[in-house]
Amino acid sequence: MKPEKKIEPGEQLLSVENVTLRFGGVKAITDVSFDIRKGEVRAIIGPNGAGKTSMLNVINGFYHPQEGRITYRGETRAKMRPHVAATQGIARTFQNVALFKGMSTLDNIMVGRTLKMHKSFFWQLFRHGPAMDEEIEHRKFVEEIIDFLEIEHIRKVPVGKLPYGLQKRVELGRALAMEPELLLLDEPMAGMNLEEKEDMCRFILDTKEQYGTTIALIEHDMGVVMDLSDRVVVLEYGIKIADGTPEEVKSNQKVIDAYLGVAH
Amino acid sequence: MFYREAGQFKKTYQADMAVFPILQDRIGLGIIVAVAALIIPFFGSHFFISTVMIPFLVFSLAAMGLNIVTGYTGLISLGTGAFMGVGAYACYKLTTYFPDVNLIIWIIASGVFSATIGALFGLPSLRIKGFYLAVATLAAQFFLEWCFVRVPWLFNYNASGAIEVPERTILGIAITGARADPTARYLVLLGIVVFMTWIASNILHGRVGRTFMAVRDMDIAAELMGIRLLPAKLLAFALSSFYCGVAGACMMFLWYGGGEASDAFNINQSFNILFMVIIGGLGSLIGCFLGAALLNIVPVALKFGLPSLGVPIGGATAEHINLLIVGGLIIFFLIVEPHGLARLWQITKQKLRTWPFPY
Repeated sequence: MKPEKKIEPGEQLLSVENVTLRFGGVKAITDVSFDIRKGEVRAIIGPNGAGKTSMLNVINGFYHPQEGRITYRGETRAKMRPHVAATQGIARTFQNVALFKGMSTLDNIMVGRTLKMHKSFFWQLFRHGPAMDEEIEHRKFVEEIIDFLEIEHIRKVPVGKLPYGLQKRVELGRALAMEPELLLLDEPMAGMNLEEKEDMCRFILDTKEQYGTTIALIEHDMGVVMDLSDRVVVLEYGIKIADGTPEEVKSNQKVIDAYLGVAH
Repeated sequence: MFYREAGQFKKTYQADMAVFPILQDRIGLGIIVAVAALIIPFFGSHFFISTVMIPFLVFSLAAMGLNIVTGYTGLISLGTGAFMGVGAYACYKLTTYFPDVNLIIWIIASGVFSATIGALFGLPSLRIKGFYLAVATLAAQFFLEWCFVRVPWLFNYNASGAIEVPERTILGIAITGARADPTARYLVLLGIVVFMTWIASNILHGRVGRTFMAVRDMDIAAELMGIRLLPAKLLAFALSSFYCGVAGACMMFLWYGGGEASDAFNINQSFNILFMVIIGGLGSLIGCFLGAALLNIVPVALKFGLPSLGVPIGGATAEHINLLIVGGLIIFFLIVEPHGLARLWQITKQKLRTWPFPY
């Protein structure tokens, strides 16, 4: 149920304006503005505690900022629940994997299709007719994602039993099942070895190419960030200190100071 | 050796998504249903049917209800007994107002009343989690129990203060009341349980079931997938109470037949059913049956089985030994497999598949 309006690649998909988020006396984010354009990979980086995850939480409605505006697809929104963000096409993965541990890989990804399934409760009672047709139709889509992410062999394994790298991949699959317009990835490569990281990079780039998904990415591995992203925004202590292409950011003195420390 | 899936290839997604994808499982299920429907009614004694099978089926149904909300959706409820009571009293009122309507329709319909009340008491579940929710559902238990005693309209102003089950017939055969044959009651109950189990299995294997499990496993991520938590939790409560309500109506009409009804729906009953669900296996339909069997059939078997084997024990002693053994069994099973009998059953099947090889 995406809104009718079509946004061309390169146009502004989401913009964050002067957002301030406070928890009591602690300012997690102070007056941050940036935008995400359709079809790009936008990285958000910064030292630990810079407010990156809070920023993602603001974007998909878990936190409500005290000040500032967020405009998504040309609509400025006030307070919003996460499930509304989901209906508008924002999906995300979590820093510490948030899969449904008791369910199989297949079921996890099928949950991602929930929003696309509309057959009434009545048909669900019988698991025949329209409900079954719908189930099969979505199963086909999910199988495509399983193929895409190369996780065929763990289709029926409960995700709680999977190694960490695969769990991350299943989580990406679950987000992709929502056919999101904007995909928020919170440290998709944390704790992975080199090979797994390379795989994940490949999946991210393929996702962008194959599904045309816009991606916002938080990552600590600078090599990955510089290679993958089109534009980078840098946060430190909740304040935006730099914004631009990877090359610009790399040579920005403030960024270097933030990462390496500076003599006072 | 005979339990192999080798050679059973799935060519369609539909076949792959079947509840029992392995042929041997389907055959086994068929045999169990055939034994329950054809052999037990004709060869089981009235005593066996009314002391073992009928309670077992009623409790299985109630456990299924609780399992939907606790096992599948992860919300602990201690109001099961009360929701069963709502079903029983609703059925009683309905059948006194409309005595001509088939009782089975009223038994199923009484679930609707129970579902409404269950959803109402499920409202706090959005804000409260875990043990605190359990305490909140206790409110339902105590409030409804109070109603059952204090609102005489519910029991039609009977002098006894309890449900007095009238005689109802289906096709001329009495299924409730004093003249009802245990076999007839058993067959009606079996029909209801099989049908309700089939429906539950359909719901839980489809979109709705996945929604419940997503809410149980990680509610934040579930919300992010577009699942609205309050409707999902309320649906779970309603569905659960529906099953409990039907179980309560069955209990009163097809098992007790009135009389000792006053404390059938108290907090002990809620705990009893919670134990069945935990021992049987949270989040498993087979677990409901296994749990109900362990907590029902074993006590009866001990009570009547030991004296018939010639072990000289009196009624009171048997009762005490009973508690000891059942308690011991519960501890034993929970240590062997904390995830309940259903998991144990699954592991056994896994082992059988590869037997006699270890892998």
